[in-house]
Amino acid sequence: MQMPEPNLGVISRKADIVAALRRVLPDGAVIDDVAETRAYECDALVAYRCPPLCAVLPTSTQDVAAVLTICHKMGVPVVPRGSGTSLAGGALPTADCVILGVARMNAVLETDYDNRFIRVQTGRTNLSVTGAVQEHDFFYAPDPSSQLACAIAGNIAMNSGGAHCLKYGVTTNNLLGVTMVLMDGTVVELGGAHLDAGGLDLLGVVCGSEGQLGVVTEATLRILRKPEGARPVLMAFESNEIAGECVSDIIKAGVLPVAIEFMDRPCIVACEAFAKAGYPDCEALLIVEVEGSDAEIDEQLALILDIARRHNPVELREAKDADEAGRIWLGRKSAFGAMGQINDYMCLDGTIPVSELPRVLRRIGELSREFGLDVANVFHAGDGNMHPLILFNANQEGQLELCERLGAEILKLCVEVGGCLTGEHGVGIEKRDLMSVQYRPEDLESQMAVKDVFDPEWLLNPAKVFPLDASQARRIAAE
Amino acid sequence: MRPQTEDELAGMIAQARAPLRVQGGGTRSPALAGEPLETSGLTGIVLYEPGALTLVAKAGTPLHEVEAALETGGQRLPFEPMDARGLLGTQGTPTVGGMAAANVSGPRRIQAGACRDYMLGVRFVDGAGRVIRNGGRVMKNVTGYDLVKLMAGSFGTLGVLTEIAFKVLPKPAAQMTVVIEGLDVAAAVAAMSQALGSPFDVSGAAHLPAVGQTLVRVEGFADSVAYRAHQLRAMFAAHAPHIEDDDLAVETMWRGIRDVAPFHGRDGDVWRISCKPSDAPDVAARLDGALMFDWGGGLVWACLPTGFDARAALSGIGGHATLVRGTARPVFHPQPAPVAALSAGLRARFDPKGILNPGLMS
Repeated sequence: MQMPEPNLGVISRKADIVAALRRVLPDGAVIDDVAETRAYECDALVAYRCPPLCAVLPTSTQDVAAVLTICHKMGVPVVPRGSGTSLAGGALPTADCVILGVARMNAVLETDYDNRFIRVQTGRTNLSVTGAVQEHDFFYAPDPSSQLACAIAGNIAMNSGGAHCLKYGVTTNNLLGVTMVLMDGTVVELGGAHLDAGGLDLLGVVCGSEGQLGVVTEATLRILRKPEGARPVLMAFESNEIAGECVSDIIKAGVLPVAIEFMDRPCIVACEAFAKAGYPDCEALLIVEVEGSDAEIDEQLALILDIARRHNPVELREAKDADEAGRIWLGRKSAFGAMGQINDYMCLDGTIPVSELPRVLRRIGELSREFGLDVANVFHAGDGNMHPLILFNANQEGQLELCERLGAEILKLCVEVGGCLTGEHGVGIEKRDLMSVQYRPEDLESQMAVKDVFDPEWLLNPAKVFPLDASQARRIAAE
Repeated sequence: MRPQTEDELAGMIAQARAPLRVQGGGTRSPALAGEPLETSGLTGIVLYEPGALTLVAKAGTPLHEVEAALETGGQRLPFEPMDARGLLGTQGTPTVGGMAAANVSGPRRIQAGACRDYMLGVRFVDGAGRVIRNGGRVMKNVTGYDLVKLMAGSFGTLGVLTEIAFKVLPKPAAQMTVVIEGLDVAAAVAAMSQALGSPFDVSGAAHLPAVGQTLVRVEGFADSVAYRAHQLRAMFAAHAPHIEDDDLAVETMWRGIRDVAPFHGRDGDVWRISCKPSDAPDVAARLDGALMFDWGGGLVWACLPTGFDARAALSGIGGHATLVRGTARPVFHPQPAPVAALSAGLRARFDPKGILNPGLMS
């Protein structure tokens, strides 16, 4: 993975830059010791590392504005960082950058149950947003699988999803407003406790812009009342095709489950070995969860099971109590851990039209054999967001590169069938150079024009999202 | 101008040197200068996959055609787009492009989300005549910047939409409305907040002062709807509400709210005010005219004396006010300077000649 050459002029001014940042930030908020900056050298895409020039840990919007004003004046690139859980390298530093971490900004600023929102500082973790409102039986809907650790800041940057977005949508559908600092230190408010934009929907384009348009310091999030209950069923099938048809039939029947999760045989086998959830011996497995009162759940599940029976299931398993529901989810929730146990793995995130599921799974199987690397599939089937896990051995020479080549082939396949490169993880550096598979030069140009407006000098997270050759002229002009 | 293809449209915009007035069906076009540029020649449903909850249509496709196609699959556009003709006294046929360009959402916005939340992808021609694609046809897509949201509600000022991919949802089998009589605005907003904060999945919450009714809608499978409607009725037992369970009556009731029927044929300027629901009573106290409340109080429709400046009257209350019917300017709520500068910067980039509905949003 290529990164641009660092700006040596910036690196040579490190002492001045650090001193200027120390003047405006509280004690201990600027980290420049080489041993300590190592903690920020990568995010969850651990294959790529580079210690930053320094890291800052501000505690307020004013702090962030002060940092950005200085970096803007001194021409220093800034890489914003939430909790560092990006699988796409969204928070990967360059040697000439300041890492701006929002981890110390985790306060709840306002909870309002009448108007159904919460306002938080964006360093707060996703799960602790729900934690702040659950005693009133409310929750924050987007639930990425890293929700224990990941920050709202990163959720907004990547427009994160989760298992339950078939019903509740992704971050952008649950984000009402932000306080954001532009690269020149200007603080702007977009949206708020009211709905929709009064002018252009700038909030909509900020969400998912991967920290390239501004640093979001505070967020107003929609909170929802918890449903009365939820219950999963497990359905096992003889083939991926049949499971795929069953998903399509459920959706066509007018039921909208909160989640439809799909696991293929390699994934089931690994999860069984690891978590011993007692999953049936089958080719493909669906976990479908519905919500409501007990009677409502019974009504929806009866319909869903009826549909499933028409597809000759190997087994249908209903949860009679919370314990059995937990066992149904156990294997799925430990899938990533199970994979990590057997091997190094790379997790892809392409999305496809649901109707293409059988064809894409078949082709992934062929590619897996061609490349000689095992691929396990676990994904959100209702919305077509796939997570093929490519297993490889990082310690073996050339395997990472082979794995990346296979990953690129699978993502190209997703685009070819009418889908996209990434459904919820973001582009970062990982898919940056594949962007031209999905978008034509003029499409990318129109996106880069947005960055030109928000960050004319291209100082915020500059080497991400766009292929380096496409963004080169802009990044060089900025230096 | 009425292009028949996207290429033809791109050519026309590339050649244009004077302002163009972009319109879909012309049902909500404000009086603007410029040569009309109609998208009604770009029609047709390109793709409809019920099993994938996806429909793709060209921008000039009449909304009723899309709704009829979805009906065959037992599905619908969940955001309940308003038909503006009755309120604005216009003719013409609403198009999906006009709906998307104006980000039109109705009562269900409070539960399901806005038009913009159901737009998966767009094709458009920018002000320089470039054909741009963004997003796609799948439900989850974070590949690059989300220009789909930027185009939604940009009223043709950044580009002319040519094709839109929508996420659609199943159309529920049943619907009922709990009707509470005699509440004032403050009590109505409190009741609606309580309903929307309940686990009963309320899909509409409106208050009609003219008839003294507060309405709470639930939708879904028949038994579930009946259960939830009765739970809500019990919640408001002190006000002795009744349940309207006649499907046609419920449909008509919410269509009237969607289209702001109480203001049809009524003189005066019409304002659309988006605020925090709990601010609605304060909004009401400051405006002297006919009012209607949707979105649990978060959307206030006001019919006020011609020329009355609602924004000045509401100063200090968060949110925004749009002049939907009336001749005063600006139509859209003025933005704080740094936000206005970003919007102006985007317009300059996407419409470098300044020819697409110039002045409408600035």
